[in-house]
Amino acid sequence: MNIKWFKYSSPQTFYPLAGKMIPWFAWLAVVLAIAGLYVSFAIAPTDFQQGEAYRIIFVHVPAAWMSMFIYIVMAVWAAIGLGLNARLSAMMAQALAPTGAIFTLLALVTGSLWGKPMWGAWWVWDARLTSELILLFLYLGFMALQSSIDDPRRADRAGALLALVGVVNVPIIYFSVKWWNTLHQGSTINMGVAPKMAMTMLLGMLLMALAFWMYSIAAALMRVRCIMLERERSADWVKELSAGGKS
Amino acid sequence: MALKARHKRFVLIGIGLALIGLAAMLILNAFQSNMVFFYTPTQVAKGEVPKNTGFRIGGLVEAGSLKRGDDGLTINFVVTDTSKTVPVIYKGVLPDLFKEGKGVVAQGKIGADGLFVASEVLAKHDENYMPPEAAAALKSAQEQSKTLVMPTK
Repeated sequence: MNIKWFKYSSPQTFYPLAGKMIPWFAWLAVVLAIAGLYVSFAIAPTDFQQGEAYRIIFVHVPAAWMSMFIYIVMAVWAAIGLGLNARLSAMMAQALAPTGAIFTLLALVTGSLWGKPMWGAWWVWDARLTSELILLFLYLGFMALQSSIDDPRRADRAGALLALVGVVNVPIIYFSVKWWNTLHQGSTINMGVAPKMAMTMLLGMLLMALAFWMYSIAAALMRVRCIMLERERSADWVKELSAGGKS
Repeated sequence: MALKARHKRFVLIGIGLALIGLAAMLILNAFQSNMVFFYTPTQVAKGEVPKNTGFRIGGLVEAGSLKRGDDGLTINFVVTDTSKTVPVIYKGVLPDLFKEGKGVVAQGKIGADGLFVASEVLAKHDENYMPPEAAAALKSAQEQSKTLVMPTK
């Protein structure tokens, strides 16, 4: 059996495939978000100690999950790009960074809005909050570094190194509430342990996480298509595309 | 057998990541005492807290220890980690979740008399979320199990 694994690793073949996938992921994101918001705000019960204010968890926790997960995916693409000299892998890493940064910012802002009424402070320098802020700086640093180097190959290599060095921060964020005393509470969802929340609450959170996941894929694919066109503008396939006038 | 150039690069990436991970581990270990957001009453009792400067203590507000002053603003309570306790005095507004038996983190200084003078009090809530009926059922179940003590022979 001879499957052409690397067929879609060239921008020329991946460009139309990505174009076909985007609507699917975008619509899935919309449907899941509507279902998730409905479960979160209409079905999930009031919390016994935080009342209605806890409902910000349905945005905060999925956003925080995505911020960490996207960073790992970005670092893996960057590593593949670095190891194989694969153009498309580096472009995928570049396309994921803004989405990851947006989710990090969203997690920080929603956390701050949640912290003021519950803890009594907008911001504290505990290990969880500080390491998540460092994650935002890593995303911004990666984007700034890539765009500051004109030669795309060198930009990819420099960006990949930063992405790989920064990946140590992800387990630090995740385990910070376990390793040190923090104001931030521990994890509600743990591997191998029953979740410490009511089932409908958990359902709302998982639906929102899936919606964010689908949105991230759609956004990253849209962005990678733009990056492909920009970088390969002198390649024949891009010239044919712009001459033909079709997507 | 010579490694292919790209395999060599992946090996280098792997070694690099392992070294960075190790360095991060050593650094975090060295800064262990600076990474904590608050000290526990046990650490206060052992004298493991910074002298002459402010720090934070954290624990539970001991049940029955909360006393409000006549001015309505001064509050006395005791922070406990179930083995040691620290008395705290605070003047100001408390967060909504501040309750006896719940988590608290207070910023301030400890006096020679052992009284912790707090300048800021934050509530620390736990990671459990449930509807009020479930919380009430859980509480009554716990109280029932308390009364079901096995008779000693």
